[in-house]
Amino acid sequence: MATNSLFRPLSGPSSTSARPVEIEFDGRVLQVQEGVSVAAALLSAGVSRFRTSVVSETPRAPYCMMGVCFECLVEIDGQASRQSCLVTVRDGMKINTQRGPRALTDGTEAGNE
Amino acid sequence: MNTSDLLVIGGGLVGASVALGAARSGLAVTVLDEDDVAFRASRGNFGLVWVQSKGFTLPDYARWSLASAQSWPELSAYLKERTGIDVELKQPGGLHLCLSQEEMDTRKERLQWLQDEVGPHYQFEMLDHDELRKRVPLVGPDVVGATYTPMDGHTNPLKLFRALYDAAAKEGVQFKTGCGTEDISYANGIFTVKAGGKLWQAPKLVLAAGLGNNKLAPKVGLFAPVEPNRGEVLISERLRPMLSYPTNFVRQTDEGTVQIGDSHEDVGFDDGTITSVLGGIAKRGIKCFPILANANLVRAWAALRVMSPDGYPIYQASESHPGAFVVTCHSGVTLAANHVMRIAPWIAGGAYPDAIREFKGDRFLNKDLVFTNGH
Repeated sequence: MATNSLFRPLSGPSSTSARPVEIEFDGRVLQVQEGVSVAAALLSAGVSRFRTSVVSETPRAPYCMMGVCFECLVEIDGQASRQSCLVTVRDGMKINTQRGPRALTDGTEAGNE
Repeated sequence: MNTSDLLVIGGGLVGASVALGAARSGLAVTVLDEDDVAFRASRGNFGLVWVQSKGFTLPDYARWSLASAQSWPELSAYLKERTGIDVELKQPGGLHLCLSQEEMDTRKERLQWLQDEVGPHYQFEMLDHDELRKRVPLVGPDVVGATYTPMDGHTNPLKLFRALYDAAAKEGVQFKTGCGTEDISYANGIFTVKAGGKLWQAPKLVLAAGLGNNKLAPKVGLFAPVEPNRGEVLISERLRPMLSYPTNFVRQTDEGTVQIGDSHEDVGFDDGTITSVLGGIAKRGIKCFPILANANLVRAWAALRVMSPDGYPIYQASESHPGAFVVTCHSGVTLAANHVMRIAPWIAGGAYPDAIREFKGDRFLNKDLVFTNGH
């Protein structure tokens, strides 16, 4: 999958000096560029399905990359509905696809239904 | 010159409902709608189909609301059949959450009074905290209890709006936007409306212009002293189903959005939002359902309610300008079924619905009366 990305980092001083960090996406370890957003990191790693939509549960991926469209929602370190275009990657981050609408929990147990 | 049988001024839920009903009665109807500068209560409302506690001091309003709620399934089925749009009507009954024992006591008194006036079919239950928790497990510890009535429900108001437009268009109704009314004149039984730089004529005219009715009504011998009352709401991200009943402060839509309301603000024609008010709404919402503290909010908005001095609707035919009517109310969603099935046929030439005799705008001309909102 990592070889299939539609996106390449721009070449230049900022990208050549960036060190790779390791993140997990749906349990898969990915080497991504430091300092970029989670959305940019996943896209450059070839991820094309970030979540499924809340009503029809069809696949979705980032659209605006600037915090407006809410298409790039993923679960980051256990917290659902994070806008991945607004969160910077960190070494060891655990990210999961978000499926359908988020289930609200009170943080200690499954509190819905 | 553009002519029709009926001109409806106002393309909100009320105008669209009346236009649809009148077209089904065989009239050629044109709706003159303003544009996006209008205060569109129809696009900002909470979507409740609500009966409980409405009409305290005027049981006719309780009966009128109940009749509409009972006709709602028929309206919903008609719209689905005619347009394919499911307006997501759900009538599981509704909960009015109470945050103090005093509120519980007051509500019990009012609902008992309404049941005594309307009849035993006006059913309600008083739920203490434990009984409430059995029905809505997520309710917070500070909620003292709730009143429940099986008559209440909710719909998706935007889908309703779209379905009314679609059904009306299929019945031949012409919607003209960008047509804010500039003037109305009347001669030889024909109304001429100047709107959107054009002239429109018809022997019948309905004012369904919401807050605009205040100024338009006197032009055709009617009185509709409606004033704005602002309500602000918070809108959450879409969430998995967590709430099986609509409540007075919080409801979850068919698509998962949680709407948290509301405020009642007397601020004139200002439909902006205020952080302190929204903060108060958020706090109360979390008090009702603490788990909402973890929800992301994606939007907030305000809309202006169309309020008469007593909170009840205004339905009246003009005596000085025969053929002119005013139809205006706060509850364009709850009363939509009545407007399509009872008000529109009357306007189209049918019998006067006796159920609306208390709702003439002229009641506000009595200077000896002091009005309090009983909506």
